[in-house]
Amino acid sequence: MRYGYYPGCSLERNASAYHTSLMAVAERLGVEFAEVDDWNCCGATEFIAVNRLRAYALASRNLALAADQARSTNGADPAQLVAPCSACFLNLSKVDRYLEDSPALAADVNAALAAGGLHYEAGSLRIRHLLDVIVNDVGYEQIAARVNSPLRGMRIAPYYGCLIVRPGFRERFDDPEYPTSLDKLMRVLGAQVVDFPLKTHCCGGHMTQISRDVALELIRRLLKNAADYQADMIVTLCPMCQLNLDAFQESVNEQFGTNYRIPILFFTQLMGLAFGLSPAAVGIGKEFIDARPALAKIGAAAEPAAPAPKRKPRRSDQGLPLPQMPEEEQP
Amino acid sequence: MSPEHADRTRGSPHGAPGAEQEPRVGVYVCHCGHNIANTVAVDEVAEWAGGQAHVTVARDYKFMCSSLGQELIEQDIKERGLNRVVVAACSPHMHEKTFRNTCQRAGLNPFLFEMANIRELGSWATDDREAATQKAKAQVKGAVERAVLQRPLDPLYVDINPNTLVVGGGIAGLTAALELANAGYHVYLVERDSSIGGHMAKLDKTFPTLDCAACILTPKMVDVENHPNITLMTWSEVLSVHGYVGNFSVRVRKRARFINEELCTGCGTCVEKCPVRIIDQNFEVGLGYRKAVYRNFPQAIPKYPVIDPDNCTFFQRGKCRACEIVCPTDAIDFKQKDEIVDLEVGNIILATGYEQFDARTIPQYGYGRLANVFTSMEFERMVNAAGPTAGRVVLRDGVTAPKRVGIIHCVGSRDKKYHEYCSRACCMAALKFAHLVHERVPEAEVFNFYIDIRAAGKHYEEFYHRVLSEGAHLIRGRVAEVTDAARGPGEEGQLIIQVEDTLIGKQRRIPVDMVILMAGMEARKDARQVANLFGLGCDFEGWFTERHAKLDPVVTMTEGILIAGACQGPKAIPESVAQGSAAAARVAGMIGQRTMKMEPVRASIDADSCSGCRICNNLCPYHAIVYHEDRRVSEVLTALCQGCGACVAACPSAAISGAHFTRDQVMAQIEGILWDARQPEVLWLEPA
Repeated sequence: MRYGYYPGCSLERNASAYHTSLMAVAERLGVEFAEVDDWNCCGATEFIAVNRLRAYALASRNLALAADQARSTNGADPAQLVAPCSACFLNLSKVDRYLEDSPALAADVNAALAAGGLHYEAGSLRIRHLLDVIVNDVGYEQIAARVNSPLRGMRIAPYYGCLIVRPGFRERFDDPEYPTSLDKLMRVLGAQVVDFPLKTHCCGGHMTQISRDVALELIRRLLKNAADYQADMIVTLCPMCQLNLDAFQESVNEQFGTNYRIPILFFTQLMGLAFGLSPAAVGIGKEFIDARPALAKIGAAAEPAAPAPKRKPRRSDQGLPLPQMPEEEQP
Repeated sequence: MSPEHADRTRGSPHGAPGAEQEPRVGVYVCHCGHNIANTVAVDEVAEWAGGQAHVTVARDYKFMCSSLGQELIEQDIKERGLNRVVVAACSPHMHEKTFRNTCQRAGLNPFLFEMANIRELGSWATDDREAATQKAKAQVKGAVERAVLQRPLDPLYVDINPNTLVVGGGIAGLTAALELANAGYHVYLVERDSSIGGHMAKLDKTFPTLDCAACILTPKMVDVENHPNITLMTWSEVLSVHGYVGNFSVRVRKRARFINEELCTGCGTCVEKCPVRIIDQNFEVGLGYRKAVYRNFPQAIPKYPVIDPDNCTFFQRGKCRACEIVCPTDAIDFKQKDEIVDLEVGNIILATGYEQFDARTIPQYGYGRLANVFTSMEFERMVNAAGPTAGRVVLRDGVTAPKRVGIIHCVGSRDKKYHEYCSRACCMAALKFAHLVHERVPEAEVFNFYIDIRAAGKHYEEFYHRVLSEGAHLIRGRVAEVTDAARGPGEEGQLIIQVEDTLIGKQRRIPVDMVILMAGMEARKDARQVANLFGLGCDFEGWFTERHAKLDPVVTMTEGILIAGACQGPKAIPESVAQGSAAAARVAGMIGQRTMKMEPVRASIDADSCSGCRICNNLCPYHAIVYHEDRRVSEVLTALCQGCGACVAACPSAAISGAHFTRDQVMAQIEGILWDARQPEVLWLEPA
C-alpha cells in the first residue's frame, strides 16, 4: 500500500512524535507514506476567515503537487493523499470539495496556481485521514496480528476532537456524533477503553492564544472527565488536541487548583508500543506530562497478573437488565 | 365473460359500432379549474383536436367531471351520434369510472371510452406551457387513435368468498376482525406473536383519558377468542398468497407451541417451574425477564404458553423436562411440529403495525451506554402494574426513585438523519409520562424537551394544559446530547441533558437522574417483504401505500387487499381503531355484493396460431393458463386471468392477445402519440 503523505507543519515540530511513531508503525505494517515534495501550510483554521481565495489557493497548491507527484509515480492508480493532522485533513478535503462544487472557484484558484506552473483538477485525489487508512485499509485484523506486547491493564480515553468526522461530508468514515473507530483500535491493541463522553468535544483550538480563559475551561472539562473515568491517558489523533491538553495541563491546574497529570499520546505511539517498539522509537519523552508513570503499567515490567476470570455480576433480583448492545460495542 | 372479445370479433351484439361503422369521436379537454388550464392551453388543444381525423366534436370545459360536464358528453353522444369518447383530464385512477358510467348512461359501451392523463403526466409535471400543450396534443391524438380501434366489452363478474383474513392482532386488526365477525362474516385472524394484543397490550394508561389500556383492550381480546365467527391463529405467519379479489388462497404456518392446546388449561404451573430465566426482548422490550416456557402477560390470549426452543434446556441439552413433569394435564408435547394451513378468503386486511425506532442509533443520547437512559416503551412497561417493577418508577438499580426525570421528544422522528416524519403519538405519550411520574413519585421534577407539542386530537390540548398545571417543565429545543461528563459539583453523578432552550435563546445543562427517550415509530423491518407477499406498495420509509391518502386510506391499489392501523403510517390508538373499522366496513360492503364486477381485461389465446410451446404456462403469476395435451395448445382460464399481459408480451407466435389492450390498439396509440415526430429533429447538445 502506497499513499501520498502530507505531514503538515505540526508534525515537524511540536508533534514530531506523531511523525516518528507513524513512520515506525508504517514500516511494521508495510505501508508506504510518500511525503509530498515541497508542500506548504494548509492554512490552518484561521486563514479561510482572512482571505478565502488565497486560503483555497494555498491548500490547492498542496493538492496540485500531490496529484502531480502521484501521477508521475503511480500511473493509473487513484491517488490518495493522507493527512495525519485533523485540521490539514479537513482543509484539504474541504477545498477539494469546494473546487468540485464550483467551477468558477476552480478557475480562479487554477489561475493563481498557474503562476507557479501548477494546475489541480478537483476531485482527482482521494483525501483521507490517517486513522481512516489505518482502521479501514490496513484493518483491525492486520493490526491485531502484529500486536506482541498488548497494552493490558491500560485505561485509555480515546479523544477524536471535533474535526475528524465533522462536518459529515465526503471521506467521513465514522459517526459524526459518536465515533468508535479509535475505541476499537485501542481495544485491538489490548487496552481497556473508557466510554469517553467528551470524545468529540472541542479542545479549545487556537483559543489558547485568543481567549485563554475559554480555552482553559474547555481543556479542564476534558481532563476532569478523563480523570472521572480513571483513564490512565488520553489518546488523540490530532496535533492541536495533543498540544492543548498536554502543554496547557499545568495552566489548567494553576487556574483551577486541580492536580491533573494525564499523559496525552498519539494513537500511533501506542500502536508502536503494542507492536513491541521501544518508547524512544515512538517518540515517547517529548510530551510535557510525563507518560512514563502511566506506561509503567505495561512497561518492560513483567506481565501483570492475569486478570481474574470475568464473572457475570450476580443478578440482583431488583435490578433491571441493561439494554443489549451489538456484540462489537461491548467493552 | 364471453369469448367474443377476441381480437378479430369486431361485430358487436350491443348495438355499438362495428368495423363497418364510421368512428365518430368526441374529445373533451378538461381545465380542472386552474390545475390544467394554467399550464396547458386547453382551448388550443380542443380546437386542434377538432380538426383531427375521426373527431366529430371537440370541446374544452372547466370541470368535465361535474354533472354539467358529464351531461355535455351524454348530450353529444345522443345528439351528435358519437360512438367513441376521449376525455383529456386527470389520471384514470381518478375519473375513468366516472366517465365510463357517463357513456353507459348515454347508451355507449363504457369500453369505448379512453382517457388521456394531461394533468399528472402534463400540467403538474412542468411549468413549460408550450411543452405541456404540445404533449397534451400528443396524448389526445394517441387516445383518439386507440379509441377508434376499441371494441365494446362486457364486464366480468366474480363471486366473493365471504371469509376474510386479518393479518395482525393489534388493536387495528382486532377491531377489524370483530366488526366483520359481528356482521356475520367469518374471519381468520393470523398473529405472529404468541398472543394477540399488539403494542397496546404493553401500555399502562392511554392518553388523554388515562384509562387503563388493559381494561379496555382485554375485553376485546376475549371477544375475539370466543367469537364463533373468528378463527384465531396466533404464533402463525402467512407464507404465501395466491389469487385475486374474492378468491385468495392463503398458506399459513402455525408454529409449534410445544403445548397441546386441547389439553392445556392455562394454569401456568409450567411457567412457574421452568428454571430458565432470560431477558424478554419482545414483550418486556428488554426491561424484564421471562421463562423458556412463557406467556407474554397474565391476560394473554390464547392462554396457552409457548416453549422457546432456543432457550429451553431440554431442546438445547436434552435434559430437564421440568414443565412436562409438573403439567397436571400432560399438555407438554416436545414432538409438536409446525403445521401448514391453507385458507380460502375473499379479502385480506393487513394490520401489521409498526416497530419502535432503535434508540441506539443515536449514540449521543446514551441509550445502551448510560444505564438510566430508558426508551419510551421501557418506561411503559415500568409504569405498568403488570410490568417488571409492578408499576414503580425506579432507576436501573430497581430500587431508587428518580428525583429529576428528563423526557426527550422526537427521538428518531422529525430528523432528516433518521425519519423526517412526525410519529404523531409520542408528544401525547410524553405528556402522559410526565403525568405518571408526578403521580408515582410526587416529589419528582419532570422536564420535557420538545420541538413543538403536537396535541392535535380530541381532548389532547386539554390534557397538555393539565400536565402543565401539574408542574411539568417544558423546554423547547432539540437535545444535543445526554452525558455523564460532569463539569462541576452540581452535576456530579447525574445525567446532564445539554440543550439549546430556543425560547430564551440559551444553552442549558439540565442534570437529571433518569432520561426517557420518546423513540418514534418506524415501518417494520420486513414491511417490504410483506408488501411483496401480498402484492401492495410501500413508500420510501416502508409504510404501506393506500389508494388515496385522503379519500381512500384503507384500500390499496390491489383489489381485495386492505390496510389498517400503523402499518400505513404512524398512528395512535383512536386512528388505528377507526381504520380497523373502516377496513371492515369496506370488506363487508364488498361481501354484501356477493359478486363483483371486474374489468374484462383478459388474455385469450388463438388456438390456430398457438404452437404449443408452453412458454406462457409457467410465466403466468396466477396459474391461469392450462395446456391441452390432446390438441397441443394452451388456453387461458378467463376466471383466473388478471389481465397482467405477461403472456401477451412473451408469446413468440403472437397468438395471445389482451382484450382492451390489443396489439393494434396499443400500436395505434403509440403512432398517435408520435404524430409530430415523424421526422425526428436531431438536437445537438452544446459541449459544456
